[in-house]
Amino acid sequence: MTAQLKPDTWTPICTTNDLVPDSGVAAKIDNQQIALFYLPDEHRVYALANKDPFSNANVIARGLTGDLQGKTVVASPLYKQHFSLEDGQCLEDDSVRLDTWPARIEGDHVYISIQ
Amino acid sequence: MTQRQQLVIIGNGMVGHHFAESFRQQAGADAWQVHIVGEEHHSAYDRVHLSEYFQGKGHAELALGTLDGYREAGIEAHLGVKADHIDRQAKTVTLSNGDTLAYDKLVLATGSYPFVPPIPGHEAERCFVYRTLDDLDAIRSAAAEGTTGVVIGGGLLGLEAANALKSLGLHTHVIEFAPRLMPVQLDDDAGQVLRAKIEELGVTVHTQTATQSIDTLDDGRLQLNFAEGDPLTTDVLVFSAGIRPQDALGRDCDLDMGERGGICVNNHCQTSDPDIYAIGEVALWDQKIFGLVAPGYRMAEAAAAHLDGGEAPFLGADMSTKLKLLGVDVGSIGDAHAASSGAISFRYNNEAKGVYKKIVTSADGKRLLGAILVGDNSVYDTLLQYHLNDIELPAEPDSLILPTSDATPALGVDALPDTATICSCLNVTKGDIVGAVDGGCCSVGDVKSETDASTGCGGCAAMLKDVVDATLEARGIEVDHSLCEHFSHTRQELYHLVLVEEIKTFDELIQHHGQGRGCDICKPAVASVLASVWNELVHDEPHVKLQDTNDTFLANMQKDGTYSIVPRIAGGEITPDKLLVIGQVAKDYNLYTKITGGQRIDLFGAQLHQLPDIWQTLIDAGFETGHAYGKSVRTVKSCVGSTWCRYGVQDSVGMAILLENRYKGLRAPHKLKFAVSGCTRECAEAQSKDIGVIATENGWNLYVCGNGGMKPRHADLFATDLDDVTLIKTIDRLLMFYIRTADRLQRTARWMENLEGGLDYLKDVILNDSLGINADLEAQMERVIDTYQCEWKATLEDEEKLKRFRTFVNSPEEDDNVVFVQERDQIRPATDDEKQNLIATA
Repeated sequence: MTAQLKPDTWTPICTTNDLVPDSGVAAKIDNQQIALFYLPDEHRVYALANKDPFSNANVIARGLTGDLQGKTVVASPLYKQHFSLEDGQCLEDDSVRLDTWPARIEGDHVYISIQ
Repeated sequence: MTQRQQLVIIGNGMVGHHFAESFRQQAGADAWQVHIVGEEHHSAYDRVHLSEYFQGKGHAELALGTLDGYREAGIEAHLGVKADHIDRQAKTVTLSNGDTLAYDKLVLATGSYPFVPPIPGHEAERCFVYRTLDDLDAIRSAAAEGTTGVVIGGGLLGLEAANALKSLGLHTHVIEFAPRLMPVQLDDDAGQVLRAKIEELGVTVHTQTATQSIDTLDDGRLQLNFAEGDPLTTDVLVFSAGIRPQDALGRDCDLDMGERGGICVNNHCQTSDPDIYAIGEVALWDQKIFGLVAPGYRMAEAAAAHLDGGEAPFLGADMSTKLKLLGVDVGSIGDAHAASSGAISFRYNNEAKGVYKKIVTSADGKRLLGAILVGDNSVYDTLLQYHLNDIELPAEPDSLILPTSDATPALGVDALPDTATICSCLNVTKGDIVGAVDGGCCSVGDVKSETDASTGCGGCAAMLKDVVDATLEARGIEVDHSLCEHFSHTRQELYHLVLVEEIKTFDELIQHHGQGRGCDICKPAVASVLASVWNELVHDEPHVKLQDTNDTFLANMQKDGTYSIVPRIAGGEITPDKLLVIGQVAKDYNLYTKITGGQRIDLFGAQLHQLPDIWQTLIDAGFETGHAYGKSVRTVKSCVGSTWCRYGVQDSVGMAILLENRYKGLRAPHKLKFAVSGCTRECAEAQSKDIGVIATENGWNLYVCGNGGMKPRHADLFATDLDDVTLIKTIDRLLMFYIRTADRLQRTARWMENLEGGLDYLKDVILNDSLGINADLEAQMERVIDTYQCEWKATLEDEEKLKRFRTFVNSPEEDDNVVFVQERDQIRPATDDEKQNLIATA
């Protein structure tokens, strides 16, 4: 079954055991595919749209993380554009931005919010 | 409205026309009324391809512009009239129809006229020159009833004219006063080869032949009488004995003239009267007349810019030429006659094939001063680049013209012409990239944003980097060889740090020698180095976050986010049972199947979560991973070899399987492709591979550093008649040396081209152990081979690793954005439109 997205609340999405350090996994809430990136040194999870706008394929979660020009980024595995984990902004194209959602780790669980 | 200034161009040939076009593009062009005067009735046409007129092209096809084009551009064309006189005081030009044109500025582009030697009888009715369409019409009608044609003059234009006569169906003779054809461009040997080739085509060549008189016979035909030998009877005679500048207008109005004709001009193509310019074959620059169209065009551009107050000075031009004369390649570069002091010549003369090649170098053998090519122009561009760019020649300059399969030194990107396409997806040329650098781009990233180069398939990334680096270096800008913003080291330096300091993880390396988190450039590069040195599994905990998606999931991501699967089929040998397994897997999982270029089978369209199940089936049936996803050894292609083939001299399949199993999984700076052929027929195409092995009666010949792909390179013969053990040792060393010293994503071909000393150096290191590292290289290869594990087998045994193979961590659903349609009885990804339709009709 798929978790339900509830407004204004933190929705549990997976456990920390599902995450891969310094890397991404994909999750699905309703019909939204979400890429989750876990950076252990910040003890933080970032949630971005999983659809790569340049290929229209759901692959963002399978990109490499890193930092570029002072921003923490993920590189699309298909055509290698970089997106800021913080706000989804594409570094190569100002007009492209991925949706992002607040996410947090509490205990063993990972939550995201639509706010 | 202010009165527009008057600009008069005399001459509507190629150069006059090009001037009009160039001037129109100047910023201030609108302030001028332009007139162009042409003596011919036709508007400007392509004189270089004049002989095509006889092959069916008309004026329309050869024309450079049209009268309508001139009208639209506001240019007043006066065609079929001659400019008779220039009055420099009144600033007017008088035309043959009585009109007078006033000018503020005047451009003389009157070109040249064919020189007709004053042989008695040269004015006979059937004597012609070869310059204009009218000339050609006259020749054609005179030839209509005839069988024989003669050209006097065996130079470049004379042979063009001969071609024209031949295409009219005439039996054609060429008469040359000098001892050889094309005396200006060729030497005796080259002239001899060209003569033989041309005679093969049915043209009779008479050299060292002086025509003393021309008689008109009673039937109208001509008889040529020579100083020696029998007279020759012909229907048509064409003079092509050189050109002279058509400079009478300049002489009449007292412009400064050259002693042997031509109107003197400065670097802006201004004559001694600053209001009068001269361009093309009528202009004498630095005591030289340029009888080619390209320098004429450059002069036109110089004059057009200067007239508008700008500056694009003409500073001379290279007179090298490459052309096909009567279908025969002829090339001449620079100092073809080795006239420079101390010049040395190298010659190759193949009488059987009719190929002659000569290069002329400086006394130290380092610079190319000139060259002559007949019968084969394939190296012309390379030689010209050496000459024009003053590139240092290889240690053995003659290797450039010798027809051996090994060691024809390829040029680096420096030598590519500006028109060379670097990125074929986005059609970006080397010139575009150089332009971007000159426009302020200082990095590959900048150039990518500016030109879009390498933003398509990305296959040109390495070459793009080479061009950018070379351009920056040429501009005196220090090139940053940093791998990326996190490491100020090259891949080679990082390799040494890892090896010497025994660094086992990325985190350790970046902590001590880098900064930040890393990125999609340095992470996979370091992962590859770590794998080459320590050979830990690429998806072991500390390394998994470094891998590209393909290495992470041990499969090749396709455009829709699905993966393709390539099991290893070593040497291309597979049992029927295994074939059945592959077929069954493809059926069970509805995968698209295709045979690859490397003699194996690729299965497309698997989603992430399907990969482990598919691989379990394959591994149970005895398959291993094929590493198609890795920068590593791919396949060893082979022919069937001596086991079955009646020509084979060694067991190529056996050797291919041995090599593939030995090097499988070896991580390298880029992919590695091998092939083994069982005889010299070379059915496995080993000479296009990184490592190519070809059987001989006595063992194996080893070829290295070949490359298919976007910039193919023929492999070099590295060692001959090796036994099995020596062959493998040699490959061990070579591969490990490549892994240690190559740049990121540099194939062996580019690696060797960039090694100082190239092939000879590489032979010295690997065959003669000149660096004393061979034992070390072999030991390291042995270690990598001993620690080989099938990555898929290891993954399937590890629950922790398997958990990554989930499409969603919180749902067993599939990705509903992956949609297939049927094509030729198999699946393929649906296009966006097809997906929309499927949703609409669902």
